[in-house]
Amino acid sequence: MAETPTAVTARDVSGDERVPFSTAIREWVAEIGIPRLLIFIFLVVLLATAVITRMDLASLLTDSLVRAGRNGILVLALLPAVQGGVGLNFGLPLGIVCGLVGCVIALNGGVVGWPWLVAAMGISVVLAIPVGWAYGWLLNRTRGQEMMVGTYLGFAIVSGMSIFWLAAPFTNPTLVWAIGGHGLRTTLTLSGAFDKLLDHLWSFQVFGVTVPTGTLVVFAAACALVGIFFRTRLGIAISAARSNPRFARAAGISDARTRVQATVLTTVLAAIGIVIFSQSYGFVQLYTAPLLMAFPAVACLLIGGASVTRATLTHVVVGTLLFQSILTVALPVTSQVVQGDISETARLIIQNGMILYALTRRGDKA
Amino acid sequence: MSTTPAPAENTPRFQPLAVIGRFGVPLLFAALCLFGIIAAHITPEFLLRELLVRFGRNAILVLSLLIPILAGLGLNFGIVVGAMAGQIGAILVTYFKIKGLAGFALAALIATPVAVLFGVATGWLFNRAKGREMVTGLIAGYFANGLYQLIFLFAIGSLIPFKDAAMVLPQGFGLRNTVDLLGIQYALDDLIKVSLTLDQSPVRVPLASFLFIALFCVFNFIFLRTKLGQELRAMGQDAHVAAASGIDVEKNRVIATVLSTIFAAWGQLFFLQNLGTLNTYSSHEQVGMFSIAALLVSGATVTRATIGQALLGTLLFHTLFVVSPLAGKALAGDAQIGEYFRVFVAYAVITVALVLHAWQKRRTAG
Repeated sequence: MAETPTAVTARDVSGDERVPFSTAIREWVAEIGIPRLLIFIFLVVLLATAVITRMDLASLLTDSLVRAGRNGILVLALLPAVQGGVGLNFGLPLGIVCGLVGCVIALNGGVVGWPWLVAAMGISVVLAIPVGWAYGWLLNRTRGQEMMVGTYLGFAIVSGMSIFWLAAPFTNPTLVWAIGGHGLRTTLTLSGAFDKLLDHLWSFQVFGVTVPTGTLVVFAAACALVGIFFRTRLGIAISAARSNPRFARAAGISDARTRVQATVLTTVLAAIGIVIFSQSYGFVQLYTAPLLMAFPAVACLLIGGASVTRATLTHVVVGTLLFQSILTVALPVTSQVVQGDISETARLIIQNGMILYALTRRGDKA
Repeated sequence: MSTTPAPAENTPRFQPLAVIGRFGVPLLFAALCLFGIIAAHITPEFLLRELLVRFGRNAILVLSLLIPILAGLGLNFGIVVGAMAGQIGAILVTYFKIKGLAGFALAALIATPVAVLFGVATGWLFNRAKGREMVTGLIAGYFANGLYQLIFLFAIGSLIPFKDAAMVLPQGFGLRNTVDLLGIQYALDDLIKVSLTLDQSPVRVPLASFLFIALFCVFNFIFLRTKLGQELRAMGQDAHVAAASGIDVEKNRVIATVLSTIFAAWGQLFFLQNLGTLNTYSSHEQVGMFSIAALLVSGATVTRATIGQALLGTLLFHTLFVVSPLAGKALAGDAQIGEYFRVFVAYAVITVALVLHAWQKRRTAG
């Protein structure tokens, strides 16, 4: 706008500085994107309101950390799909359902504590590998419509599994409805010995903020493993096949194969992610609970700076922290100003606005 | 999309699956319905009574999907936004206390410009997200739902003057969860009073509504034969060829979306005038999914759907909807299983249609 040379003649120094500064800002805004900037400003306003109204910042931060750790791996699970060229994996519930089956089978067997966590994760992974493989196979045959197929396949599986939860022969009286004696309850409580196992592990306090060390360490370790994986031969092949399938084929890499591998990885991570989520939340949520779980996770990744075709570990971590902090802080802060729960409405707008923005960006075709 | 050199055989190897889709799907559904009817000992009188109501309620919503399919936009998941426009009309006439046919007509009149506005916005989004219109429409519906909540749950009565103790929540702002539409209930259905006696009790036959549905069918039939209709059809067959022959593809896509959105708004009003109550925050949510599933049940596809299929699909899908919980109760002793089953079927039908569409497109594109 103010890129006229008059500034140089008028006042050399300030003019010289001002022109590049304004363009730099514009470029910076263009790179970050207006929605992301608005979301960031929204978080700052929320935090400022919290400070002004003298809210308990320490507990807000504690909750934000807990929620970020809880959801982290579910967001991380999206990364391999984007890297592998499958796009935003709205079919996350497929992996989530595998994780839930793992949780329930382990619970039904009466396993408690750490063995439960290990067993649940083990069963989840064993289930998620073939499911992910089949899902990847399907996505290869439905190229160009992966997001839509993933969304509705996820919806269909979650509603199909509702019948399974109701009809499957689980017998443990702590899990099934007290009346009638069959059909799993909608939420299973992980009470006592194994509620928040990882959250409590090595947890400590700084300035009144309780850090759920175990969960965060697991999230960090998962991020590190995925990061290392994408530096191995297999991982590099997956990324290469996404960025240039023809070139990759010349190098002997079939992108049909790498896409399946990426999908298996995303599904396995989703399965592990929900086990971590459940232990931190203290409840295993069945039936329709996983139906819409992919959308907030996708929003996290996008808020972190990812696009439909590109995502990094930084996007995962930054996005999870930002979005989960907003979700945590919004309810208590807005309830001081507005009666009723406006935070749920804000979540809908932010989450879907962000996804819509990513889907409609020109020059960003999958 | 066509990066992989799939076997270059344009021979119709896929044809068998297409045929199965065309006739197999409706037959399978009819068989499923019949099985349920027999299992639950449902009398024809009961079924007729239910279907008379449900067909009148839903047919126009299903018909509103046809024009975007013709134009190659796929299944318009954005009709949810149109349904919201209809509800805005219904809410306003209830507020103005205008009853009967005048109220209904005014509601449609108010809803129309709102729907045009929403349709233009959705169409603009679709143009920015070519190739992923369906997922964009789905997310646009969720996003619009957030804005709708913001207006009707928070802005009404606080920022927007709105005084009606019967409609507003006790806190002084925000609409109640249900709005009583007794003022316009049966306004259209009872325009021509016809009643049948089934099982010794009178059944309302919404003849006027059926006439309107017929009118919509005629409109769709004639529309196909107009210049615009032919242009849309050409676009649906090949957008590039259409553009090369001088059709303003982007503009026509917006027009198609606007028409669909207006019809969805009216369709939702038809639905509401029969039901007589508006679930302020949830009536619109399922409209897209159920209408689309109903259309697909008839064997329609993402690229091809006829008026007859829309009507047949509405009948079949709602038969299953009535039968399913009863059959669940009769077979498994639990109506809940039937309810989960019908939701599963709705999602599964959409998934299968999407998969077949993407699969077929890849075969022909290869």
